[in-house]
Amino acid sequence: MSRKTIKVNYLARVEGEGALYVKVRDNKVKEVQFKIFEPPRFFEAFLRGRKYSEAPDITARICGICPIAYMLGAIHAMENAFGLQVPPSIRLLRRLIYCGEWMESHSLHIFMLHAPDFLGYDSAIAMAKDYPELVQRGLRLKKIGNHILSLIGGREVHPINLRVGGFYKLPTASELRSLVDDLSWACEAAEATVQWAATLPFPDFEQDYEFVALQHPTEYAITEGQLVSNRGLEIPISAFLDHFEERQVPHSTALQAVLKARGHYLVGPLARFNLNFDQLTPRAKAAAQAAGLSGTCRNPFKSIIIRSIEVLFAAEEALRLIATYEPMSQPVVDYTVQAGTGHGCTEAPRGICYHRYRVDAQGDILDARITPPTSQNQSMIEADLWQFVDRYLDLPDDQLRAQCEQVIRNYDPCISCSTHFLKLEVDRKN
Amino acid sequence: MAPQLSHKPKLAVWKFASCDGCQLSLLDCEDELLALTAEVEVAYFPEASSAEMKGPYDLSLVEGSITTSHDAERIHQVRRVSKHLVTIGACATSGGIQALRNFKDVKEFTSIVYARPEYINTLSKSTAIADHVFVDFELRGCPINKYQLLEVINAFLHDRKPNIPTYSVCVECKRRGNLCVMVAHGTPCLGPVTQAGCQALCPTYHRGCYGCYGPMESPNTQALSQEWQKLGVSAVDLVRAYRSFNAYAEAFRKESDRHEP
Repeated sequence: MSRKTIKVNYLARVEGEGALYVKVRDNKVKEVQFKIFEPPRFFEAFLRGRKYSEAPDITARICGICPIAYMLGAIHAMENAFGLQVPPSIRLLRRLIYCGEWMESHSLHIFMLHAPDFLGYDSAIAMAKDYPELVQRGLRLKKIGNHILSLIGGREVHPINLRVGGFYKLPTASELRSLVDDLSWACEAAEATVQWAATLPFPDFEQDYEFVALQHPTEYAITEGQLVSNRGLEIPISAFLDHFEERQVPHSTALQAVLKARGHYLVGPLARFNLNFDQLTPRAKAAAQAAGLSGTCRNPFKSIIIRSIEVLFAAEEALRLIATYEPMSQPVVDYTVQAGTGHGCTEAPRGICYHRYRVDAQGDILDARITPPTSQNQSMIEADLWQFVDRYLDLPDDQLRAQCEQVIRNYDPCISCSTHFLKLEVDRKN
Repeated sequence: MAPQLSHKPKLAVWKFASCDGCQLSLLDCEDELLALTAEVEVAYFPEASSAEMKGPYDLSLVEGSITTSHDAERIHQVRRVSKHLVTIGACATSGGIQALRNFKDVKEFTSIVYARPEYINTLSKSTAIADHVFVDFELRGCPINKYQLLEVINAFLHDRKPNIPTYSVCVECKRRGNLCVMVAHGTPCLGPVTQAGCQALCPTYHRGCYGCYGPMESPNTQALSQEWQKLGVSAVDLVRAYRSFNAYAEAFRKESDRHEP
């Protein structure tokens, strides 16, 4: 078998429009393309001239699966530009709604997009015939995450209650307590999911990654922290553009963010888990250890276990936050609009999502830069595909194609976060 | 009615330029999803399934707007294989937030975002599906309301008209017993000209409606703009308000044009 071409014209079970092309000649991988054909929507262009206060609602529309990542990235950047610090109860609610987004997005991926790969089904709908309890559990976990989003944010997709300086309306403590029973169930269900995920068959595929994630002195970072990596990166988020760049490379189909110093890197659950393991809850750590993971996981296929661990963590963290919540008298704090540059970076379910805005004295946006997680992982995905095909070239074509799709799905790529993605007409030259 | 499993109606979900949020609403029907899939065959839904059944499809749900020449052709193929075609969400129904390019020079937009604009293949306008093919029903919202989505699917499966009201957000607000944010607090609100469907979500959270369901049937946008002006809203902010997620819906576009300095 000296010649082989693996083509997937429309990747299923990923968010957005993508395709895969791998060319093999003389038993060597010659070409790998993780193609994105999501049409560009030009968010950074039409944000110019909009009011600072519109950025959260507008950028939410970059992604229907992780709108909180965009809303909070924009909100934090504006608050940073205005020199505004929000009080602890506002911060708490933001972290809480983000826990909801992790639960919702991770459960969608674990049960509906990723699990069918491991169990050999086309979809969770088909899988439900043989695994009804598993699918029901996934749907309920997802629903509980969504319930946090709708209770605090107003609705699951594109919540309406978040703003620069706080919220429009604060939930009462008793409204939040109504989530407690469901979240307690979610902890058990997530624990069972970790155990289940650990039993799945994983290909032997350990890779030597540079992991990049936010790190916070006192908590498993979600909404804030500094950027760190396992290769010595340690920078404030305001230095993001000094260390990272987005390349529009002619042989690729999308802008790819890379570390200027070292090239591709990995963001998302694997990076967070490996860099911040010590800050997980004891129960989440115990579940991880029981699943055979105790700090460093270099097999991207096992991201399904780590997402399950993060669902457990998010449910526990949500319970902790609810128990300490005391609403303020005002939902929003006063602030003064001023000219400046602001940065925001949070841990979207798929990894760090970076925003930078420059605003004038009236608060009109002069320019915007947004780097979504999938544009950061894209280069890594291609590198994984290259390694994987090289190693598993002897697999039958159908199986190899399916596993290549899974290599991509490991990253839960959100192609719709398409501020940067583009279609490229020219083919690459070797 | 006895179930005829082999003759389940076929459902397809198609994506054009969008954020995926409206098709996600289908998966967000956590309590109803398995019941729904017992009644309909999910024949084409790449976000959720790698199985792909050939058309024709009894009902196609179309998310997203047309922004490339390739998609302008693809939507005709979708129409050809669909008995009924329903658009879901603001992108498919009015061009979405990405229709903000329609008011500007798309070449300039491209060069703002991309270092090599010559690689970008895009149309100068982002347009609604109905500008390209016949659409059987348009479901509004950015995002859509998942219960309205279930109602529309149900209606088409039973050959009846969907029960989706075309009155304004104000009606829902009154029904919820909300205090009017504009009258009581002087908060500018697009509710009087925006179609219902969200259960008056923003006013319930003490903020003004920002029009994500698009214009209601026969909206009086001029009268509303006058009210906003009385509250001290500038022409620039009026233009911004009408030009958001349904900027290219006719009523909002025309009203925004009237206030452009």
